[in-house]
Amino acid sequence: MCQAGEDYAVSAQRETLPVPRPGREQKCVKCAEGLPVVVIRAGDAFCRDCFKAFYVHKFRAMLGKNRLIFPGEKVLLAWSGGPSSSSMVWQVLEGLSQDSAKRLRFVPGVIYVDEGAACGQSLQDRVKTLAEVKLILQNTGFPWHVVALEEVFSLPPSVLCSASQEPAGTEEAYKTAVDSFLQQQHALGSEGCASPAQGEDQSHPSHSQEPLGMAGFPTAAQTEALSRLFSSIKTLTAKEELLQTLRTHLIVHVARTHGYCKVMTGESCTRLAIKLMTNLALGRGAFLAWDTGFSDERHGDVVLVRPMRDHTLKEVAFYNHLFGVPSVFTPAIDTKAPEKASIHRLMEAFILRLQTLFPSTVSTVYRTSEKLVKAPREGCASGPSSPSCLLCMCALDIDTTDSATAFGAQSSSHLSQMLPAEAGIPTTPCCGSGEGQAQSCHRGVGRRGDAQACVIEQLCYGCRVNMKDLPSLDPLPPYVLAEAQLRSQRAWVSKEIQEYLITDDDEEEEEESRAIKQEGENTGIGL
Amino acid sequence: MLESEVGVAQCEYPKQPTSLPPMPAPTCSSCHAARAALRRPRSGQALCGSCFCTAFEAEVLHTVIAGRLLPPGAVVAVGASGGKDSTVLAHVLRELAPRLGITLHLVAVDEGIGGYRDAALEAVSSQAARWELPLTIVAYADLFGGWTMDAVARSTAGSGRSRSCCTFCGVLRRRALEEGARLVRATHIVTGVLRAPSPSLSSLSPSSPELSPTGHNADDMAETVLMNFLRGDAGRLARGGVLGSAGEGCALPRCRPLQFASQKEVVLYAHFRRLRYFSEECVYAPEAFRGHARDLLKRLEAARPSAVLDLVHSAERLALAPAARPPPPGTCTRCGALASHALCQACALLDGLNRGLPRLAIGKGRRTLQAEPPLPGNSSQATSDPAAPQGPCTCEQSRDGATLCKEGGDRAGATCVLQSDVSPSE
Repeated sequence: MCQAGEDYAVSAQRETLPVPRPGREQKCVKCAEGLPVVVIRAGDAFCRDCFKAFYVHKFRAMLGKNRLIFPGEKVLLAWSGGPSSSSMVWQVLEGLSQDSAKRLRFVPGVIYVDEGAACGQSLQDRVKTLAEVKLILQNTGFPWHVVALEEVFSLPPSVLCSASQEPAGTEEAYKTAVDSFLQQQHALGSEGCASPAQGEDQSHPSHSQEPLGMAGFPTAAQTEALSRLFSSIKTLTAKEELLQTLRTHLIVHVARTHGYCKVMTGESCTRLAIKLMTNLALGRGAFLAWDTGFSDERHGDVVLVRPMRDHTLKEVAFYNHLFGVPSVFTPAIDTKAPEKASIHRLMEAFILRLQTLFPSTVSTVYRTSEKLVKAPREGCASGPSSPSCLLCMCALDIDTTDSATAFGAQSSSHLSQMLPAEAGIPTTPCCGSGEGQAQSCHRGVGRRGDAQACVIEQLCYGCRVNMKDLPSLDPLPPYVLAEAQLRSQRAWVSKEIQEYLITDDDEEEEEESRAIKQEGENTGIGL
Repeated sequence: MLESEVGVAQCEYPKQPTSLPPMPAPTCSSCHAARAALRRPRSGQALCGSCFCTAFEAEVLHTVIAGRLLPPGAVVAVGASGGKDSTVLAHVLRELAPRLGITLHLVAVDEGIGGYRDAALEAVSSQAARWELPLTIVAYADLFGGWTMDAVARSTAGSGRSRSCCTFCGVLRRRALEEGARLVRATHIVTGVLRAPSPSLSSLSPSSPELSPTGHNADDMAETVLMNFLRGDAGRLARGGVLGSAGEGCALPRCRPLQFASQKEVVLYAHFRRLRYFSEECVYAPEAFRGHARDLLKRLEAARPSAVLDLVHSAERLALAPAARPPPPGTCTRCGALASHALCQACALLDGLNRGLPRLAIGKGRRTLQAEPPLPGNSSQATSDPAAPQGPCTCEQSRDGATLCKEGGDRAGATCVLQSDVSPSE
């Protein structure tokens, strides 16, 4: 592959010769004793035990290297039933049952989100799936939560506010936390009730805010509302994106209400590589580090963590097969969709196909993703109080004096209407939102699109493009619309009183308040 | 090929029989007089031919003025390959030249690809004649000591990966274009496309004077960012997105006025202005990696029409770790051009070719980019006085004393000169 840095001579040979199959006389490359059972990467044959050690080590190393999960913390494991998240849950299960030196030191819970309504499943199918799911969850012994996606309709708007959290990630803090934890354990004896992993919560599975009791099925009205929302979306791409957003909000909400401060999701290396390329194509280049990095602190007090990001899908599949990890298959929203139905499908097919031609594709993309940092590009002003996107909670990446793209597209549409002799900075188009495409501008999307406009204004570029595929924003869950209104009201109010407020001067650079601040400065207020 | 790329509305609005309720042919939304002949790919706006061309020109004018790319009085060398982008670019700039106050020269590069480049050059010559613009042709064979692309391809073919010849072409073309621009005493370089109209450029040099090796129209930029991620090239990713480069050191400032124009619009413009261009694929093209990215981009566009713009938006906002960024450029010890290492990539590549190690400067084995002490047979040439080149000097450049390798000749390296004679003679 034309990978920067590859040694061509070697790979030329690799192309011409077939990969040698491990013969009988070949031994595991690691321990040189056992009989190899699995081949990871061309030429590396592992025996069963070495493979297990390799796999487990990767998981532990990922957790240990990043030092984000403090001992005794409550961690919510987001389980979708698929192979990667099942593997993750299994790893945690095994990790907690080891002898105390190597034992994992956090307190897990598991959550399963039932998305059947969005995927168009019938009621019986959903009940059947839920039965299987509950069986597996009960066997793990962790406190488990089964929530239906319909519950987004009863979420409070506070879900979209990221509660600020002072960063606790220093090395010192971690070490002291571990030390004090160990001391605690000593003090309480060898059992240590500080790690109630097994046994304690097996009896009562907790559910969250379900109107009906143990069965916990949502009302028909909610199911109807959800399927209405999803069927009103025109493209599969937007559907998938919205589904992900709603699911994340729901999980974060459950985590908050039950006191979990971390959520672990089981995205594997392959999935993350695909996600990265997909997000590039969706216009989310500014947020790649949050979307595909190890930790994602957009929501403030709840941090999303991805411990499986070093494991390729192939390794996960082998592990699950060899060690009997239980999983549940549920059809997703894009199951059986043709390849060109959505950007996600396209990218998945592309990457997997490219991987067969160039076996280092996924790892290359993964390594590149490690070089991404969570910072705004220099030149784009941003600060702790810069507005964040309503849906994805990342700092807005559309500036007023914009970059080339929105500029180029705006000026394109603007100039098409003007005489060619003029050349100047274009005024904002009439919908007042700085949209990249001016399509809706010309066609005059509904003027009660005042509410619509105020929602669109508060979205980042990627979310705006997605929202274009929603003809009307009414079917959205009420918490989104309520929060949007709240924010725009707040912005309006603060604009009104801005000139009377005494504020610090060190946000001079911030673009969103620059115009207002200038006014404020000119009237002599401020430093 | 032309027809298939152009979404002209004649196909979409057939004449309706009068008995059916008439579907009105849309009128141009700009002049409201003529019948609309096309819909713009991005905005879906219906326009007549001349309004579209006017709008297109206005946008390019806007790009140039807002970005301050070509100040009045500039002598602009237009890199003309005969392909659609450079044809359209030359035409648009020629229309805008009086308004901008610039003078234009066409510079065409002859890479020496038999059967392909000759036809393209003919197209360029006829364009130059038609538009009455001065044309200069610079050939690889002259500049780089007899190394035509065919010769390079033959040399690299033996090493297993033949598509690496595209790397050479890209690097050397950049150098050739600069030489041509210097010949006509230009102050700025504009390119529509710095490649043949086909996915034949698989890499651009990180050590060349160009600070922003991303694409040349929006589609190219999108492809490039995809490619750079797939290849793990964080250095190039870090550099992306700049509209034009100021040019450092002795490099001329370059810009790409067509940066925001989508490929389809370029073709539409060429159609409505009846411009003839050369649109065959380079013979070495099918092997380039960019083909994958291009294919992906086409599919993405089918799934979501704004995919290209979204990718460009993403590319501009990538935040890469400071360690991933390339080191600030220094100068090449041999030719004085901008370089990240001791030798600029053009010199390094030619070095490799001449020494019979065509893979020398490709990939990360940059430790060999240091000018190595020559083989014993060549020691006399390398260390002796610079004024004793092997064979007749055919190099055209003389301004800063840079001398690239002379005639390639014997590939075994015995007679090929490893000249380190940088004698700055302004």
